[in-house]
Amino acid sequence: MKQTILLGALLVALIGLVALPWFAPYFYIFIVTEILIMGLFAASFNLVFGYTGMLSFGHAAFFGVGCYATAMTLLHLKWPFLYCLMLSVGAGALLALVIGFFSVRLNEVYFAMLTLAFGMMVFSVAHHWRSVTNGSDGIAGFTVGDFGLGLDLTLGNPAVYYHVVLVLVVVAAALLYLIGRSSFGMILQAIRQNPERVAFCGLNVRSYRLAAFTLGGAFAGLAGGLMAPFLRVASPEMLHWSTSAEPVLMSILGGTGYFLGPFVGSAMFILLETWITSITQAWMLFLGIVLALMVMFFRRGLLGTFLDWWLERK
Amino acid sequence: MSGFGAALLNSLDIGLLLFVIAVGLNIVFGVLNVINFAHGALYMLGAYLAYTLINLVGLSFWPTLLLAPLGVAAVAVVIDRLVLRFIYQRDVADSLLLTFALLLIINESVRSIWGSGIHVVEPPPILQGTVRVFGGPSYPIYSLFVILVGLLLLAGLWYLFNRTRVGRIMRAAALDRDMAEALGINTKLVVTGVFAFGAWLAAVGGTVAAPMRAIDPGMGDKIIIESFIVVVIGGLGSFPGALIGALALGLMHGFGGRYMPEINMLLPFVGMALVLLFKPTGIMGKGATA
Repeated sequence: MKQTILLGALLVALIGLVALPWFAPYFYIFIVTEILIMGLFAASFNLVFGYTGMLSFGHAAFFGVGCYATAMTLLHLKWPFLYCLMLSVGAGALLALVIGFFSVRLNEVYFAMLTLAFGMMVFSVAHHWRSVTNGSDGIAGFTVGDFGLGLDLTLGNPAVYYHVVLVLVVVAAALLYLIGRSSFGMILQAIRQNPERVAFCGLNVRSYRLAAFTLGGAFAGLAGGLMAPFLRVASPEMLHWSTSAEPVLMSILGGTGYFLGPFVGSAMFILLETWITSITQAWMLFLGIVLALMVMFFRRGLLGTFLDWWLERK
Repeated sequence: MSGFGAALLNSLDIGLLLFVIAVGLNIVFGVLNVINFAHGALYMLGAYLAYTLINLVGLSFWPTLLLAPLGVAAVAVVIDRLVLRFIYQRDVADSLLLTFALLLIINESVRSIWGSGIHVVEPPPILQGTVRVFGGPSYPIYSLFVILVGLLLLAGLWYLFNRTRVGRIMRAAALDRDMAEALGINTKLVVTGVFAFGAWLAAVGGTVAAPMRAIDPGMGDKIIIESFIVVVIGGLGSFPGALIGALALGLMHGFGGRYMPEINMLLPFVGMALVLLFKPTGIMGKGATA
């Protein structure tokens, strides 16, 4: 019964999202586009953290690399958008494979430090390697042409781009959901709860952790690729640890225990950001305080706390 | 010789300053089992307090060297009692998240209080100018002072941990907190004290660094990444490891900056990756694999 209600609510939300451009002004289309992209970014982080139990403070590296990959191919090679996104996915996965190779075999504390350090290495490279990345100015001035697959879409139109983002994010989220529900996803969750026991069952914990981290990087790369035409720029700030803090906070805000938690967190985060930055410059201060309070008193997150309560109720 | 000598002194200067900061990170980890992501932010806070006391209040350098780190230690006591005490009994991830939140809070507070521009502090008159070392290159006196401070703290910390009662209590709390408590040690006080002491070390580093490095809101980020590299290379929780790691990083900067400036920035990461490849728990570390 409750399953049906939840599915119904999800369906209504989806219909609302599809219909959004027909009743909402452009301002809201921009906001929801950002919520969707950042939600995917946060969900890719939560595959690593909420499912596998690895707290990464360098997830922005894969997001940013995905953004640079799409921005640079659009600028220099003018590929159709879909192929650029595929490249972003590949770039995010490859970088995650390399960083993960060094990081996943150590314990939680080391993992958090290493992901932050390697993430900042990528940031420094983007910042200093001016001939390729254009330094702190970033990659700008690219235009989106065709989508690919022979589809005739005017990607420059925010409403059209919003629909493209919606479809791609929903497909990617469905994939992530299926990964979480698969036997592979079950093993990841078992690793979070008790890695020793999983190892005793004869499974190679390190390979599974590396696989989860690489998958997380791939989806973060996709989110980054989608971000490029939206922001019209790929800049080093997207690789900085303060960007890594965003999916962390979104996941905690929504709740790491449920699949849709990061998406709900993303919505809360972006709405708050829009509101707070219109009042004060010190958005990051606010972000830090919210993160601290959530961790101290509200660890299950908003969606998590609600669903815990509602599903328990007879 | 002169280039080599200067590079060596630079390495010591950078390495010993880094040691003071990284060892604070290590001591806090040893007792609290928490990696303080805000450690670099506390270092930065030390530098900004020094700037305020010297340039705005008008104090001279020496009382500032005493007061600024104590101020940061007081902030650390407040942080410990107000925030960290909630999560000492919880999962490691929660404590990491909380110190990460502190990093955001302190960084942004510094930016809103002092602005995002660069500030400069002059060294005290007695430490200005340069001097010829071993008849070789002329070298800034202030850098020699930094090396001296580093060596004094190194000796002092060694003495503290090996020869005093307070040091033994800290080591006992690091080894087994429950056992230490059963033996009548007030571990709550030890935890707060150790956190404040770690912050004090970071802030001493920040105050000493203030007259020779640009003071800007990004200085904490740079130092925390370097401290992480130091403890990863040396081994988390190891005192000699922190020294080895810090000197190794100092050498990379001192010589890398002189002989291969293009890839100097990447050298520490390459060094860290090599150590991780062959000895994942660091040169002096043990037992940290997942």
